[in-house]
Amino acid sequence: MDLLPTVRTGAVAAARGLLLAVLSLSLNIVLFVLFLVSFLLIPVLGIGVPLFPVVVHLVRLRAEVERRIAGWSGVDIPSPYRPLPPGLWGRFAAVLRDPATWRDAAWLMPGAIVGGVLGLIAVCVPFYGVEGVLLVPVLITDFVDWYGYGVVWPIDGFFDRLLVLPQGVLILTIGVLGAPLLTMGVARFAALLLAPTAAEALHARVAHLAATRAETVDAQAAELRRIERDLHDGAQAQLVSLSMTIGLAEELLRRDPDAAQRLLAEAREAGGQALAELRRLVRGIHPPVLAERGLPGALSALGLALAIPVSVEVELPGRPEAPVESALYFAAAELLANVVKHSGAASASVLLRWEGDLLRLAVSDDGRGGADPSRGSGLAGIGRRLAAFDGTMVVSSPAGGPTVVTVELPCALSSQRTSPSSGTG
Amino acid sequence: MRVVIAEDLALLRDGLTRLLEAFSFEVVAAVDNGPALLPALLSHRPDVAIVDVRLPPSFTDEGLRAAIAARERIPGLPVVVLSQHVEQLYARELLSDRGGSVGYLLKDRVSHVGQFVDAVRQVAGGGTVMDPDVIAQLLESRSAAEPLGALTAREREVLAQIAEGRSNAAIAAKLFITEKAVSKHINNIFAKLGMPPSNDDNRRVLAVLTYLRA
Repeated sequence: MDLLPTVRTGAVAAARGLLLAVLSLSLNIVLFVLFLVSFLLIPVLGIGVPLFPVVVHLVRLRAEVERRIAGWSGVDIPSPYRPLPPGLWGRFAAVLRDPATWRDAAWLMPGAIVGGVLGLIAVCVPFYGVEGVLLVPVLITDFVDWYGYGVVWPIDGFFDRLLVLPQGVLILTIGVLGAPLLTMGVARFAALLLAPTAAEALHARVAHLAATRAETVDAQAAELRRIERDLHDGAQAQLVSLSMTIGLAEELLRRDPDAAQRLLAEAREAGGQALAELRRLVRGIHPPVLAERGLPGALSALGLALAIPVSVEVELPGRPEAPVESALYFAAAELLANVVKHSGAASASVLLRWEGDLLRLAVSDDGRGGADPSRGSGLAGIGRRLAAFDGTMVVSSPAGGPTVVTVELPCALSSQRTSPSSGTG
Repeated sequence: MRVVIAEDLALLRDGLTRLLEAFSFEVVAAVDNGPALLPALLSHRPDVAIVDVRLPPSFTDEGLRAAIAARERIPGLPVVVLSQHVEQLYARELLSDRGGSVGYLLKDRVSHVGQFVDAVRQVAGGGTVMDPDVIAQLLESRSAAEPLGALTAREREVLAQIAEGRSNAAIAAKLFITEKAVSKHINNIFAKLGMPPSNDDNRRVLAVLTYLRA
């Protein structure tokens, strides 16, 4: 066991215990009283109806803080609340009907006791240990004659004084090792009542799916409209003009062969333009190199096309589903385009790896950093598109760089064929 | 000159056959899928093969793989690879055996019949012909990188022409400068890229592309 990290963990847990104790013993009790009073005031129409949702809001803030602190101990407690409708009556009714309201309330008093007691133990035992290690009791007995330490009360004589240090070490050790367990216990207890029930979790899941499905459908419809417009104004118009030119050349073939030849050259030119236009369009829909080579080849090709050297490393034991491939490809394309446009980087790297049902794509650069997903519409757009696959995107971009954007998609691979690939472009 | 064609779309396969026969090529085999290509190349040993990248049964890059496999069995087998899109990645793979006799062109180029037939003949004669789009991509992606940045605009133009497989005379005619000026530019390019001068067209292209590949 490494000493330093253990001590640090213990110290952090002790501080967390203090925080928990203070919050639980002060806010929980006050909030519980407020909750009771405002609930009892509901029959008194003028006061209870607007007051109750306000108090519930405060209780929820407190519960959210508890969830956050539990998260620090590694206990993940998602938020269980249903969305609130607008309007006084609507809010009142929704708050009253949401089971999470009552579970929060049920947690307040037991939470105060558990958080207060365990939190105080978590912070006090290590402190008592420190007191012993620093020989503070010995100093105190210089002034008063009733003080003691550990099992020795009062400290009297040389032998009792000798016992202070080993006791301090023992108590400090117990405190440091025990504090994380105690805060973990508080977190576990909070999870019992503050975590969403199975029904609530399903409710949240359905809401999330409905939202992402609506976004996906919208995005798809917009994409189809764009393709239709591009075809209509581009290749289609060019083919019309092409066939007109050929028709004219046909007419002129006998009477004016020179003019006909000029027209045919023109037609060939127009055909070339239509092909170039279609090629551009196809690349935007589904890049041919992705169809032909999958992600390893397509990402390498992407890297080669950039103005800065990009190292591409792909470790995939098989091919993901086509929509997932496509989503990852376009995410990588957008991220690399951002690198070139905004970062001022001299080089970039793309890393794609499959880690047990999870595809992880990391695009990093050595540029100036400071990328903010809430400002750039590009990054937000990638996040939205990934949401349809339950994918997530994390941006780490401190000012001065480097920027690392990590995209994760849960995914199964279809064929388990080996296709490791790497290259530098 | 004996040709093997691999193209899955009947319309294009017949069109290519007709076009090449009009220029007195002899089409000894025209196959429509990937697996049939390698045996056809091995048994006919054509002077040049014209291969579509995307072929059945996988409709991925069967044609390209078959062409590369054939060149492993018959080193230096002249191959013109056609595709609806060009990728630097594929250009690298085709050039990686440094054997020359490689062409990589967009299908669009077939419509410039004269130029296309020239390109096929050039490849059959040991030359290397890259599509202008490949060159454009290369120059674009590397334009910011040293030491290509040291080239003047004119030298870049000349470099692109070299990579497309043109001779000094053709470059001179195309850019409206004298042949002497062209060879001066080429010497400058090689000097700036740190490569020994050479008069062999094919070696020039390979040298340039090998450099760009780094």
